[in-house]
Amino acid sequence: MPAILQVKNLKTHFFTDAGVVKAVDGVSFDVQAGETLAIVGESGSGKSITALSILGLIPSPPGEIIDGEVIFDGRDLLELSDEEVREVRGNQIAMIFQEPMTSLNPVLTIGEQVAEPIEVHKNLPRDAAMARCVELLAKVQISDGENRARDYPHQFSGGMRQRVMIAMALSCSPKLIISDEPTTALDVTVQAQVLELLKELTQEQGAAQILITHDLGVVARYADHVNVMYAGRIVESGTAISIYDDPRHPYTIGLMASIPNLDDDVKEKLIPIEGQPPNLAKLPPGCPFRPRCRHAIDRCAVERPELETVADEHKKACWIDVNGQ
Amino acid sequence: MSTGNEERILEVRDLKVHFPVAKGILFKRHIGDIKAVDGISFHAHRGETVGLVGESGCGKSTTGLAILRMLPVTAGEIIFEGENIANYTKTEMRSVRRRMQMIYQDPFGSLNPRMSIATIVGEPLVVHDMAGSRAEFDERIAELLEIVGLDPAMRGRYPHEFSGGQRQRIGIARALAVNPDFIVCDEPVSALDVSIQAQVINILEELQERLGLTYLFIAHDLAVVRHISDRIVVMYLGKIVESASRLDLYHEPKHPYTKALLAAVPIPNPRAEAAREHIFLEGEVPSPLNPPSGCHFHPRCPYVTDRCRTEEPEIKQAANGHSVACHLFD
Repeated sequence: MPAILQVKNLKTHFFTDAGVVKAVDGVSFDVQAGETLAIVGESGSGKSITALSILGLIPSPPGEIIDGEVIFDGRDLLELSDEEVREVRGNQIAMIFQEPMTSLNPVLTIGEQVAEPIEVHKNLPRDAAMARCVELLAKVQISDGENRARDYPHQFSGGMRQRVMIAMALSCSPKLIISDEPTTALDVTVQAQVLELLKELTQEQGAAQILITHDLGVVARYADHVNVMYAGRIVESGTAISIYDDPRHPYTIGLMASIPNLDDDVKEKLIPIEGQPPNLAKLPPGCPFRPRCRHAIDRCAVERPELETVADEHKKACWIDVNGQ
Repeated sequence: MSTGNEERILEVRDLKVHFPVAKGILFKRHIGDIKAVDGISFHAHRGETVGLVGESGCGKSTTGLAILRMLPVTAGEIIFEGENIANYTKTEMRSVRRRMQMIYQDPFGSLNPRMSIATIVGEPLVVHDMAGSRAEFDERIAELLEIVGLDPAMRGRYPHEFSGGQRQRIGIARALAVNPDFIVCDEPVSALDVSIQAQVINILEELQERLGLTYLFIAHDLAVVRHISDRIVVMYLGKIVESASRLDLYHEPKHPYTKALLAAVPIPNPRAEAAREHIFLEGEVPSPLNPPSGCHFHPRCPYVTDRCRTEEPEIKQAANGHSVACHLFD
């Protein structure tokens, strides 16, 4: 399968008073057509900044993409003018944000907001765009679309707003949808509805998805491939099955051991990862996970490991050979 | 962690917490009540953890606050260590409050940014006249910080100098200061990063073993609740729909809502996930101001019958303390 998106050595740094924050520091990955790639990590791991960098949405200053390529459809998005990027964004690449409360405009009707990308990108007249909007609302299971399109965001519940976001994202039949923690603000039963809908509709359109999340359960249910991020880099990547069956990076292994599983019958003690996530403005030399790592050796303190292949498609960035079992 | 102790440290009977809703500016008319908690009964044995789960608006946090009498109780009994405290006055509550404490969700909002850690942790001691001499006070603070895994040398620092996980430990130390028997933990780990959650859960478990604490553990994350609890109570729109031991609830869930809730929680294992049955509920939790007639869950229930639309199911006891409120099990 051809890769529809190739990210190569992406570096996004923020120049702040407290120093240079290397939020994304040399990230490379491919997204294949039709697949769901999950990017997992804790707050500050760089997963959201990776997404915003792809879309050209990094606030500058203080942020700056200092290196790398984002190849989409044969073009490097980082080389395009603002105008050219706007043609891709919302059209061929769509984004669904975490907060359905703040990512919808409170003074525009739902219809106006869903119709906007269609008008802008497809040059459809208002009524045609509105008709398409009603269709899209039906697709995301909002009934009575004609009337609901005249409502404002505050008249919708959290789950419905996130459906509206999905309708907007799908409106121009994108090839790639980036969802950043799309269900973190929602209740579990609603989360299941929204993620299922997102999966069905992306599959129906043959779109690829980048799913950014901290929830290892969501990853297990929906992802084909997984990138685990820590302190601005990918520390492990592979197919979902290989990552869960045979995690190789101490951080991934640690995460798996630290979360309670719903299906654990015996109350086994959780094994936490000691310490705190690092301060990105003051990263230690060597591997950033070293201060929290049980397996660290001298080399980890001086040299930062690069991502290396351990098996087909499975890569890790670690000097030592640790096994999850 | 179950001690097999049958003493009921807490018994809640038919607890109701209603919030009046008024309309109008000058002449406020009472137009209805939000029945946040509407007639729930459950109990906790000494030394065990009772988990309270449900989605937003189900009344789980209101229940916790009402038990501590931090919200007015509309009706019902709260029997704590043999006394019904539901109608206690403020003065009467003071002595009870020493024995029941709370750990809050937000590690940022629940600590006063202008107070040092020692002052925050020591405040309950001062309030309850347990501070003693300066030396005793200092010693107690050091001891408390140590049992939650913080360096007593940090006592002079302020909350902003700590990470989320450390702040949650400070909140735990504060709750423990007055040697309580019972602690309401309201979403104590949901604001924390995944790798930090386990640290806090382990501390709570260790303290329970060491000090014989009883927890009411309120959370929306079923995996966390199932991990820490001995028994689990599931709430929906102000009512208890099911309660059972942690094993029974997972292996033999009865109420359709419990089943859907369990099915909605993804398991971090792709092979297990692929093999699971996925149930998807329609719609969202309705407004508690205008809850559906009959069984509150009927508009979303896949097994709804006519009876469910009109008649509210009573909660029924089955074997092993497993109880369920659903007409399917009559």
